[in-house]
Amino acid sequence: MSQISEIKENLTVTNIGRGMIRREDPRLLTGQGKFIDDLPFSDFYEAAILRSPHAHARVVSIDTERALKLSGVIAIYTAADLEPIMKDLPPKVSHPKLNYQIRLPMVKEYANYVGEPIAVVVAENRYIAEDALDLIEIEYETLPAVASTHAALRKGGPKVHIGSESNVAVHIIQKAGDPEAALKTAPHVIRETFKITRGGGHSIEGRGVAARFDPITQQLTVWDNTQAPHYVRQMLATIYGMTEDEIRLIAPQDIGGGFGPKAQFYGEEVVIPWIVMQMKHPVKWVEDRWENFISATMERSQTHRVEVGFDEDGHLLVLKDVFEHDQGAYCVGLQVPTITMSTLPGPYVIPNIHSELISCYTNIVPTSSLRGAGRPQAVTVMERMMDRIAEHLGMEPAEIRRRNLIQPDQFPYAVGLLFRDGSPLTYDSGNYPALLEGAVDRIDIVKFRRDQAEARSQGRFLGLGLSMYVEGTGIGPYEGARVRLTNSGKILVTLAASPQGQGYETVYAQVAADAIGVDIDLVEVRHGDTSSIPYGQGTFASRVTATAGPAVWEASELLKSDLLAVAASLLKCDVSSLALSGNSVFIESEPERRVLLYDIALVSNVGRHGMSVPRDLPIAIERTAYFKPVQAVYSSGISAVIVEVDPETGKIEILKSLLGHDCGNVLNPMIVEGQILGGHAHGIGNAIYEEARYSEDGQPQAVSYLDYALPTAIEVPTPELFHVFSPSPLNPLGVKGAGEGGTIPVPGAVANAVEDALRPFGSRICELPLTPERVLRAIYDHD
Amino acid sequence: MAVDESRADPVEDKSWISVTINGSKQDYLVEQRLSLADFIRNQVGLKGTHLGCEHGSCGACTVIIDDRAVRSCLMFAVQSDGSSIETVEGLAIDGVLSPLQESFQANHALQCGFCTSGFLMSLVARLREGPIDTESEAREALSGNICRCTGYSGMVAAILEQSNSIQGIKENS
Amino acid sequence: MKSAPFKYYVPSEIDEALELLYQLGDEAKILAGGQSLVPMLNYRLLSPANLLDINRVSELKRYSLTDEGLKIGAGVRQREIELSPEIELAFPVLHQALTNVAHVQIRNRGTICGSLAHADSAAELPSVMVALGAQMVIRSGVGDRAVKAEEFFKFHLTSDLEPAEILTEVHVPKLPAKTVGAFEEVTRRKGDFALVGAALLGQWDANGQIQNCRIVCSGVAPVPLRLRFAEDIVNGTDLSDQVLVNVQQSVMDSLDPTEDIHTSSHYRKIVTGVVVRRGLSRLVDQRGAANGSR
Repeated sequence: MSQISEIKENLTVTNIGRGMIRREDPRLLTGQGKFIDDLPFSDFYEAAILRSPHAHARVVSIDTERALKLSGVIAIYTAADLEPIMKDLPPKVSHPKLNYQIRLPMVKEYANYVGEPIAVVVAENRYIAEDALDLIEIEYETLPAVASTHAALRKGGPKVHIGSESNVAVHIIQKAGDPEAALKTAPHVIRETFKITRGGGHSIEGRGVAARFDPITQQLTVWDNTQAPHYVRQMLATIYGMTEDEIRLIAPQDIGGGFGPKAQFYGEEVVIPWIVMQMKHPVKWVEDRWENFISATMERSQTHRVEVGFDEDGHLLVLKDVFEHDQGAYCVGLQVPTITMSTLPGPYVIPNIHSELISCYTNIVPTSSLRGAGRPQAVTVMERMMDRIAEHLGMEPAEIRRRNLIQPDQFPYAVGLLFRDGSPLTYDSGNYPALLEGAVDRIDIVKFRRDQAEARSQGRFLGLGLSMYVEGTGIGPYEGARVRLTNSGKILVTLAASPQGQGYETVYAQVAADAIGVDIDLVEVRHGDTSSIPYGQGTFASRVTATAGPAVWEASELLKSDLLAVAASLLKCDVSSLALSGNSVFIESEPERRVLLYDIALVSNVGRHGMSVPRDLPIAIERTAYFKPVQAVYSSGISAVIVEVDPETGKIEILKSLLGHDCGNVLNPMIVEGQILGGHAHGIGNAIYEEARYSEDGQPQAVSYLDYALPTAIEVPTPELFHVFSPSPLNPLGVKGAGEGGTIPVPGAVANAVEDALRPFGSRICELPLTPERVLRAIYDHD
Repeated sequence: MAVDESRADPVEDKSWISVTINGSKQDYLVEQRLSLADFIRNQVGLKGTHLGCEHGSCGACTVIIDDRAVRSCLMFAVQSDGSSIETVEGLAIDGVLSPLQESFQANHALQCGFCTSGFLMSLVARLREGPIDTESEAREALSGNICRCTGYSGMVAAILEQSNSIQGIKENS
Repeated sequence: MKSAPFKYYVPSEIDEALELLYQLGDEAKILAGGQSLVPMLNYRLLSPANLLDINRVSELKRYSLTDEGLKIGAGVRQREIELSPEIELAFPVLHQALTNVAHVQIRNRGTICGSLAHADSAAELPSVMVALGAQMVIRSGVGDRAVKAEEFFKFHLTSDLEPAEILTEVHVPKLPAKTVGAFEEVTRRKGDFALVGAALLGQWDANGQIQNCRIVCSGVAPVPLRLRFAEDIVNGTDLSDQVLVNVQQSVMDSLDPTEDIHTSSHYRKIVTGVVVRRGLSRLVDQRGAANGSR
C-alpha cells in the first residue's frame, strides 16, 4: 500500500477519482459512433455464412452451382477451397490432460453443433448473399447428438466427436488440506445438487470482420470488433504464415458491447481476411442476431454436486464440490471451469477443499468466458450452501457468513488452490467483514424479519438473500500503453486493448493527465489498432484497469521526466526546480520562466534537420510501458436482495437490491458504478430470465428475443450501491477490476432470497434461472 | 385489373419514394425488399440507426415516423413513401446536444452506445406525448428497448432529471 | 436476416386489393402492420412471392364507435385504439389488453386486425375478441362473409381466412349495461406473450349475481380457449370466495394445456386456475361500480 500513499504524497491528483463525464458520449449520442458496420465500407462485398442446421452430421456433399449462378453472387468458399487455412484454432487456456479435439475455421467433414460454419457466400450485398444461402444444396448424414453433460457422460451413449472414446474433455481435481478426512470427522455434513443453465453474452452489436488487402504494400488490414486485437493478429499471422507487421488489426473505435464472446477467436475471423486476399477485393461480414444466437460462444451450464462439513458453531471445516461443465463442441478455452474451481471458496476460511471438474463435450456451440466467467456458478453454489448451513443450525444467514470470513489482518491470504492464471490463489487485499456489515446495516435484518413474519401471516412471501464473492481480476501476462508528446504539443495515449463501452478514452486520459501533471484537455486516448502499439493482450477478465492502468501511469511518469529534462535544458535550470501544469513546464519560484509543451516538441521531436542537439537532451518524446502483474488482484463484493414471490404464479418481484463492491482505488467512480449496475442487470437476467434452451437433439430453442428473455428496464431495479476501498498492493494505482462484479453474486442472492421466501413450503431452489415454471415446481414438489 | 407481369423485371423491383428525413425532403429509388433500417443506414447514409436484432425486439433501430416511434427493421423502405422520418442525427442542432442527450451524458446513461439511438428516439416520441414524472413511467417508457451495458439506472435518472427540468421551466415561466 | 425477394403491391382501393389477392392466391401475404409478418420474413421462415400492402387502402384505416359498437378497419393501428378515451370507456377490457401487447413501438405500427389474422393463441387480442363476442368481417373477390371470433381461430397461427380473403374489419358489439370485465395475464416480462392469460366479461344483476360470464384464456390451447364449464359454474352466483375456489379447482382439474419452450402443461394447468380466479375477483371488485348506488 506504500505506492498508493506515494501517489497521494507526490502529486496533486486532480483527475483520478473523479466521476468525469465521458468523452465518448457526444459522438455516440448523436449517431456519429464508429461501429464496424457504420464504417464507410461501401465498396466492400458482403458475406453471409451457411451454418449447420444439425447438431451432429457428416457433410456428404455440397453443391454450390445454383447459388453461384445467382446474379450478384461473387464467390462461394467451403473448407475444400480453404485448405491452406484449415488449421487448428487452439484453446485460450489449456491443460496437459485435455482430451483435445481440433477446431477448424469451417466444417471439413463433421458438423458438431447447430451454427457451425460450412460455406461462405460473397455477394454484392447481404440480401443477395442470403438468397444464395438458400440455393446451396448440402447432403447431410445426420448423427446422434449429445445435448447435455448428463447425456455426454451416459455410458454407451453417442460421442460428440466421431472416433473419440470419451466425451470428457478434461478431469481435474484440486485439493487443499485433507478433505476426505475432514468429511469423515465433521460434526455436520450437508449435500445438494445445483444446476445452472446456458446463457449468452448478447451484446446488442453482433460480431463483425471486414478486411482489405493492399497489393502495393502487401498489407492486410482487418477491422474486427474484437476485445483482443493483438491476440487476433497473432492468431492470423500464425495461421496465414505472415509476420505480425503484415497484418494491421483494427478494433473499431466503437464496439457495441463485448462481455466475453468477442474476446474469443472464431473461424469467421480466419476465413474473411483470407478470402479477401484470394479475391483481391475487400469483404465484410457482420453477424446478424440469428447467427449470434447459434454461433457466438455462450456460458454458464454446469451441474454441481457439493458437500460441506461444519461444526456446531457453523465454522466451515470442509468443502467438496464435483461439477460437470458443458464445454460445448470444442474447447475454446478452459478458463471458465478452472475459474469456477478457484472461485468456490470465496471470502471464507475453509481449511479443507476438494474441487473437481469434469468438463464434457456436447454438440452445442462452444462455451467460453462471459461476464462473470465461471464465477456466478461457483458463487451460487457456495452461497446456497452457506444459507443451507444457516438453516441447518437455525442461524441467521448473515451470522454464518460473519463467523467464516477471512479477516482484514489475514492478507495476503493463501487459499491453497491455483487460480486460472497459473499462480497460487492468494488474495492480495480486502475487507470482507466491512462488506458484510455494510450490507447488514443497510438492510436492517431485524426489521426485515419482522416484516417477513407479518407478510407471511397475510399470505405474502418475502425473502432475503445474501451472496458474497471474491473475484480474481487484472490477470497477466501484461498490457501496454504508449504515451507520446505529439508535434503539436499534446499528449497522445495509445492503448493496445480495445474498449466496448468502458470509457477508456476518458479514464486513461485521467490517469495520464495526473501522472504527467498536464491539463487533461491536452490528453487524447486512442486504442485498438495494432499498428499504433506493437503488443497487447486485450479486454477480458476485468483486467484492463489493473494492467493498462499501471502501464499508462508508468509510461506517463517516464514521459514526464523527459519533459522536465528538456525544459531544464532549455531554461538552463535544475530539473528539481521545475513544475508542470496546464500546457507548460516552469520554474516553480519564477513561474514566468516557462516552456510550452509545444516548444519541447519542436526541439525534441521535430528538431532542426541535420543539426546536433546536446548530449543529455531527451529526444523523440515517447515512452511505452508494459505492465506485468505478478498475479491476479482480487476484487470482492456482496449482493443482498429482498424479493416477493407469488406462490400461485411463481413470479418473482425484486423489492430491494443492494450491492457492496470493493475494487480498490477507483479511477472514475461514475464509470465503475456503471459497470456494477450493468453487471447487476446481467445477474438479474441469469437469476430469473435468461436461458438458452436446447432440445435433446441439440437444436437451439431460443433464437429470438421473444424466446430468450433479456431483462428490460421494468425487470431490473436500480440497486443501492456502497463501496469499500481495499487498494491492491500489487500495482502502483492500487486498482482492481470492476467489469464483472455486479453480475457474479446476484444469481446466488436471488436464489437464496427465493428459497427464504418459500421456506414455509419447504421449497428447494436448485436450478437457475428461476422461471415461473421452476419456482412453481419448487413449491409443488415440496408441498 | 390484371397482375402486371412486367414486375418480374428487376427494374420494376424498385420504386421511387419521397421521404422527409430530419426535415429535408428527397426522392429515392429503393429496392422493394429493402428494410427501412437498411435504407436509412446504407442509402441515406445515416449510420446512427443501428440494427441489433432485426426482429423488432431490441429497439436499437427505433426511429420516429410521423411522430410515432417505430422499429425500422420491421418496415420496408417502400412503405415509408410520403412520410416524415426522424433519426438520432436530427436531435442535436449544430452540434449542440439536446437536453435529453445532455442528461444521458450527465447520468452515464450509455456505455457502448450501440443501443442509445433507439432509446433516444423512443424517449423523444414519448416525451412529446407528455412528461414522465415517476420512476415507473420512466421504466415503462424504456421497456421497448434493450440495453446490455447500463442496467438502465442511468437512463431512468436521465429521464427524471429531464422531466424535472422541463417542469421547472414551466413553473418558472 | 434480410427478407427474400418479393413482388410488392400497394393497392389504394379495397376492390383493387381483393382483385390482386384473387389473382395471386396463396402466393401472396397481406402486409398490414407487419409486426409479426416482417420478423418471419427476416428469419426467412416465410418467403412469399408477393406482398400485398394494405396500408394505403384508405377505407380500411377507419374505426368508428357508435350505438352498435366498435368497428375497426384492417388498417387501424393498435395504438390508435389504445389512445381513444371513448373506446377505453366503452371497452375497458380491450384497452387493458392492448396495453399488454408488446411495447408501444410495436403497437404504433401493429394493427388490431393483423394480430387477429396472425392468430397467435398466446396473444392478447384473440382471446379478448372472443370474450367480447366480436365478428370478423371477411372479404374476397368472390364474396363477403362474417365469422364469429369464437369460430375464426382454428389453430395456433391459423385462422379461418382463405388465401384470397382479407379480414377487413372487426366488429365489437356494444356491451350490455352493467358489464364488467377484466384482463389478467402472467408473462415472463412485461410485453411478452402470455404464459397464461384470461379475458373475462359479465354482468352483475340486481340480485348481486353475475350473469352471462365469458371466460376466455390465451396461451393454454392452440386457439383462444373459452371455458364454458367455468362460466357455468359462476353464472348466477355471487362469486363468493367459495365459488372462486371451486372454479379455480375445476379449471385446474379439467384443463390439458399446451406445452412449449416457455412453460409446461402442468404450469399452465395450475396457473390458468389462478388467473381465472383473479380475473373473477376483479369482477367482484367492480360490483359496486356496475350497480351504481349499491
